[in-house]
Amino acid sequence: MKLALHIWRQKDSNSEGKFESYQLDQVSPDMSFLEMLDILNEKLISEDKEPVAFDHDCREGICGTCSMVINGVAHGPQGGTTTCQLHMQSFKDGDDIYIEPWRATAFPIVKDLVTDRSAFDRVIQAGGYVSVSTGGVPDANATPVPKPIADLAMDAATCIGCGACVAACKNSSAMLFVGAKVSQLSLLPQGQVEKGRRVIKMVSQMDSEGFGNCTNTFECEAVCPKEISVSNIARLNREYIAATLASDEES
Amino acid sequence: MSWVSRPLNSSIGCKVIMSVTGLLLVGFLLAHLSGNLLVFAGEEAINLYAKTLRDYLPILWLLRIGLIVMAVLHIFSGVKLTRMNSKAKPVKYKVKQSVKASFASRYMGLTGLVVLAFIAYHLAHLTFRFTHPAFQSLGDYDVYKMLMLSFSNPVLAIGYCICVILLMVHLSHGVSSLFQTLGINHKKYNGLIRSIGPALSTLLAIGYLSIPLSILLGFIK
Ligand code: HEM
Ligand code: FES
Repeated sequence: MKLALHIWRQKDSNSEGKFESYQLDQVSPDMSFLEMLDILNEKLISEDKEPVAFDHDCREGICGTCSMVINGVAHGPQGGTTTCQLHMQSFKDGDDIYIEPWRATAFPIVKDLVTDRSAFDRVIQAGGYVSVSTGGVPDANATPVPKPIADLAMDAATCIGCGACVAACKNSSAMLFVGAKVSQLSLLPQGQVEKGRRVIKMVSQMDSEGFGNCTNTFECEAVCPKEISVSNIARLNREYIAATLASDEES
Repeated sequence: MSWVSRPLNSSIGCKVIMSVTGLLLVGFLLAHLSGNLLVFAGEEAINLYAKTLRDYLPILWLLRIGLIVMAVLHIFSGVKLTRMNSKAKPVKYKVKQSVKASFASRYMGLTGLVVLAFIAYHLAHLTFRFTHPAFQSLGDYDVYKMLMLSFSNPVLAIGYCICVILLMVHLSHGVSSLFQTLGINHKKYNGLIRSIGPALSTLLAIGYLSIPLSILLGFIK
């Protein structure tokens, strides 16, 4: 296949960026999207040009670093997958492909397609943990958890923190991420101790990082590579309302 | 009182204010429509309704103050949240494709602003009667004549219809969205929640549009 790539190039966080166009011939439909970019970079290096910087690590959809917006959709046109799992068979010969970094105040651009997503880490540090008792190892299954609840918690826990929800949201809201992280803990008995404090702290960190707020367009759910449900956002709202207005926690 | 001020200053707290005030405003729209539809029962009925409202002036003012507070809170939080949101995404994508977001959900601020302008005109038109000084001489309760004189003018009638439709676009997303904001999301009821916004706004639109259109087309004389 022959492709025309239009890629956002930006030297560093302080420079202005712009789109550069590249022509790539002989792209195989069996290549993954990142392999296609590798080939572009080899070509650029052989021409003594600066390769395109993009994040990647596992290349199997679990680390969540391969963030880019492809033709206007976070992680590209194939639903429920990360960019590294996207293959060139999703495109046609002669296609124009626009590749842009995540756009959000809370995710500043480091270089080209690489953004700094440590705002997510700070939201987790603010409350995304549980207390554990010291002492002997508890028996496995000592704490019963009903299967449907365990399933909901597990579904929320599949979030890989890639930031596609923020990238796709017109408000750069992080509420799908925060909703999933709050839910995975608060659904389980182990997460009860900090339940109220957790949601208050994580939401206030989310606000101070400069994320927007949810207007329920549900674009986040549509692009999430792990298909996390917006019911987690409703749970976040519910727990926040309960924790601020109706709990005994000092807040 | 940090337990009051903190949630109110948070993004979720503001959204909760939006949803509660939005819901109460929808309640007003239903009540307002049920009164207005009396125009179909004839001149006497609607004018008597207008007079009766004024006969209970203290109660009317109580409701009006409630309404003003709701509107101010709704607009205040709306502006605050919208500013927060545009600060959060200052740079737009060159290519952007919506996968799931509805038209109404993407233009809430815009439809809201049009509604605000409409409310201002509506009050100046029929409550304060600034726009039509001739109405002052009709006496206090001749709602019927005011409506007939106003909506036999095609520009005014069509203008009203366009504003009502934009308000209903606002509500087709808003009414479904407020459930999610209040944390109500359950797979048994999600189908219902998703349809209630479009369904309720269609019903309200039919009701509100029927009045100017019937007068314009001469069904009410
Ligand atoms: C009769 C008048 C109005 C009614 C009945 C109404 C109703 C609603 C409802 C039910 C919501 C949904 C709240 C939620 O998502 O939880 C909403 C959201 C909103 N409204 Fe209104 N509204 C009215 C007027 C206005 C006006 C005058 C403005 C602006 C000046 C406005 C701006 C907004 C904004 C910005 C949102 C948030 C959008 C979003 O969450 O996506 N509204 N409104
Ligand atoms: S590279 Fe790890 S998820 Fe794509």
